[in-house]
Amino acid sequence: MSIHEDTNLLNQLNQATLSRRSFLQWSAATGAAALLTSNVNLVNGLYPLEQALAAAGDIQVIPTGCAHNCGGRCVLKAHVQDGIIIRITSDTDRPDDPLDPQLRACVRGRSYRRRVYAPDRLKSPLRRTGPRGSGLYEEISWEEAVDTVAENLIRVKETYGNSAIYSHYATGGGSTTAGSGTAARLLDLFGGRLGYYNNYSWACVQVATPTVYGTQNTGQSRLDWLNSKLILMWGWNPAEMIDGTNTMYFVKQARAAGAKTIVIDPRHTMSAVGLADEWIPIRPGTDTAMMAAMAYVLITEGLIDENFVNTYALGFDADHMPAGYENAESFKAYILGESDGVPKTPAWAEEYTGVPADTIARIGREYGTTKPAMLYQGYGIQRRAYGEQVVRMGCVLPALTGNIGIPGGWASGIAFAIGGESAPGAGFPSVANAVPYSVPSYMYTDAVLRGAEMGRADGVRGLAEGEETLPTGIKLLYNAAGNCLANQHGNINRTKEILADESLAEFIVVHEQFLTPSAKFADIILPACTFMETFGMTGNWKYGPSRVLLPKVIEPLYGTKSDYAIAAMIAERLGIYDEYTEGGKTEEDWYNQWIQTLTTDNAAVYGDAEAFTARGSMTVPYTENPPVAFADFIADPVANPLTTPSGLVEIFSPALAAMNKPEEIPAIPKFIVEWDSPWSPEAENYPLQAIGNHYMHRVHSTLDNIDWMDEAFPQRVFINPADATERGIQEGDMVRIWNDRGAMIIPARVTPRIMPGVVNIPQGAWYTPDADGVDRRGCVNVLTSERPSPLALGNTQQTMMVQVEKV
Amino acid sequence: MAQYGFYVDLNACIGCKACQMACKDRAGNEPGMNWRRVLEVGGGDWQKVGQAWVPDVFAYFVPTACHHCSNPPCLPVCPTAAISKDSNGIVKIDVEQCIGCHYCEWACLWGAPVFYEEQGIVNKCDFCKDIVDAGGSPACVEACPMRAMEWGDVEELRARHPEATFQIVPLADPQDFQPNALYKANTAAGERVGTILNQEEI
Repeated sequence: MSIHEDTNLLNQLNQATLSRRSFLQWSAATGAAALLTSNVNLVNGLYPLEQALAAAGDIQVIPTGCAHNCGGRCVLKAHVQDGIIIRITSDTDRPDDPLDPQLRACVRGRSYRRRVYAPDRLKSPLRRTGPRGSGLYEEISWEEAVDTVAENLIRVKETYGNSAIYSHYATGGGSTTAGSGTAARLLDLFGGRLGYYNNYSWACVQVATPTVYGTQNTGQSRLDWLNSKLILMWGWNPAEMIDGTNTMYFVKQARAAGAKTIVIDPRHTMSAVGLADEWIPIRPGTDTAMMAAMAYVLITEGLIDENFVNTYALGFDADHMPAGYENAESFKAYILGESDGVPKTPAWAEEYTGVPADTIARIGREYGTTKPAMLYQGYGIQRRAYGEQVVRMGCVLPALTGNIGIPGGWASGIAFAIGGESAPGAGFPSVANAVPYSVPSYMYTDAVLRGAEMGRADGVRGLAEGEETLPTGIKLLYNAAGNCLANQHGNINRTKEILADESLAEFIVVHEQFLTPSAKFADIILPACTFMETFGMTGNWKYGPSRVLLPKVIEPLYGTKSDYAIAAMIAERLGIYDEYTEGGKTEEDWYNQWIQTLTTDNAAVYGDAEAFTARGSMTVPYTENPPVAFADFIADPVANPLTTPSGLVEIFSPALAAMNKPEEIPAIPKFIVEWDSPWSPEAENYPLQAIGNHYMHRVHSTLDNIDWMDEAFPQRVFINPADATERGIQEGDMVRIWNDRGAMIIPARVTPRIMPGVVNIPQGAWYTPDADGVDRRGCVNVLTSERPSPLALGNTQQTMMVQVEKV
Repeated sequence: MAQYGFYVDLNACIGCKACQMACKDRAGNEPGMNWRRVLEVGGGDWQKVGQAWVPDVFAYFVPTACHHCSNPPCLPVCPTAAISKDSNGIVKIDVEQCIGCHYCEWACLWGAPVFYEEQGIVNKCDFCKDIVDAGGSPACVEACPMRAMEWGDVEELRARHPEATFQIVPLADPQDFQPNALYKANTAAGERVGTILNQEEI
């Protein structure tokens, strides 16, 4: 049989919801108001209002959270009646203190019961019956499924060794008992696996930031933004991508405290509408050119903080070059064009960026004369052909203006925050991976295709002396709660071919809740429950010091199991059950153990176990005057040097110079014209630049199949009226978008809120090919390239040229 | 008699639809049916100047639901007297009395009443009456991550926000119905008049 949609359950649930929620008044509600008290007084984890409402309607309100891979980790409260979630609210009536703001969920968490009860939930273990990718499966028993997985793990281990086993980067499960961590633990106890480094979010920024600063901890508490007078939101769109729960609220507060905000982005984003005083549209991939021209203005108009570049930085000008590189090209020489004959003037940058020269000069002056000022880099601008350069250039401008190490300034880079922007966490004890090798995550398909040929030049780490390549390609893929296997990886048509070849990856196992485009390549699919159906925990990402408990809200639907329980079943077949489960611990046992650990080791944060469990989440309140990154370095650069080789802010990096690839990995940040850009040969046939933003509809690809989200934020291509008119395209028309790598047909949104020459296809839609192989859903990876960036070997999925036509 | 109302600061609204989704979840509404909706309003165009593109583009969002009018046009047209105003001015449809005749839907200038085909009735924003009567806040207001929404007695809201208005493009002229929604106008538009940009979403 093939998968059928069980709409019956959903209909029943919806009817139940409608009748209970919409059409019946809670007769006891008025009487329940008497239960209210004026003080916040928790009883069994519920605030007075919730108690009142629960008492009125025979409803249990269970505090939980939203555990997916955006930047936020919000509180959800599940209202449960007769074992069914009938409503979801968020961090409601606890005091909303600016120093400890409520963790209010966005549409993604608020639509979550529609995901839990989605008709297309996987309900049974499945075995593939058609070609990989076809989506044809038959239901089998749990025993048969886990036996098959265990047999293949043992076979591949015996035939090729543990380095032929690989579990890809996967972020669909944000709870401690869900997701790729459960697979990694299993495989590490089984003797190890080929590892990966880098991720799809931060590949270039994580490599490039330390080349300037020696650390990833270049940021500080969001509370410090209130000290800033100017915030350049460069490709940064916290309103949509959720750069931490409440980040947009902190920007609002910074504006109220006097900061001017300027969004620099090809799109007139939600952040540009609601968080900014000005919007400057810029062509994708040219941010480094605008920054270079701002540096030109700073240099030629005497706005450089001379003390800073002379005392704290390396390589600004000829007088401050490192030993051995005295005659190398300094930053100043590059900007003024002394070394290449091309002064990086605003007029020069206008041609690339599409930003008027006088606007570039004005922003340069504003940034150079307003102190303290922040240049805050988003991460989309570094998922590009030369993503390393924009990160490094974005770190140099704060050095030129002395905005490092001072309240209200911002060093830029990846900007993990120092000083209490993180809440202590707990999870499974770590298990060492006995396989020493790892590959860049964006080159995992290469490790399937030609792993035994991949060496150091391909980014392979962990090779012993004398060892030139990996001993084997990947032969078994273990993918738990992830869609990067196919849907979220660059160039899906290439990925498809590689995954479909059963002589390469001989066995693919997937844990999933839905039949995602990645799951369709699995030989065995094991149906997982959502985090609401088991016990777990989640915590803050980059910002927002919080820890959110995820107790079991309802029983697992259809007999599905947590990723942890699935892996434990396989561990049993592999003879490592006791090690995996530490003697049979359930999700609830771990949950209780983690709560004990947190409340014992960090009682000051979490209080006692009972209080923590009752409240369900805990945040570390902010303190006034939070510490600022690099303040100690600024106070005394000799006593507190940076952890760069020179101890200074490395505008010029001797380590990069030593790599001797100046065209693509220059020692000073440079604007490099991208491949697949308006200035490359591809532009002849594909004149439009395309980008794929983080969309409100989804968390990456999670929630793409949820109807409430489809209604609120439908998938389509956003195109400027100038480009649409030229092609006879009107609002709502179906359009074909294509390049040499693939094609899709989706509706057009014709809007002035995107720059001419640029189209946006929000990333994360589920690849849905028709009979001709044309995607009908709008998965941007039909169009993206698998080519990695030169230094980080990271993903370049924002660099692509396309053509669009009306169909 | 009190009169409840809503207030939204349109300068702070990011158009995230958390209010719409919180409402939808409480009501259990299927796709296509919303008691609260968020309009995307904007306009303007672009000029090529030299090598550069210069935008003259603006946009703002308008969250809108039933305005619980002091003199609601929907109420007198209901043939079964299913629509009433309670002591807090909440305009409520008694779905047990409703026969699904659409008259209220047609009378409302802002599309607040929603027809339920399967049940053959109309329903709409009830100001989360059960919740506010118990001492809580409407689902939409407490959902707003930008803290851009407020609710309360409309006279108090007006006193707190003297600049607030209902004269917001593209909301229909209220005639003499006295809607109880107040907005702080978005300043980005200036003198420019926008149109609804997200017809397919509302």
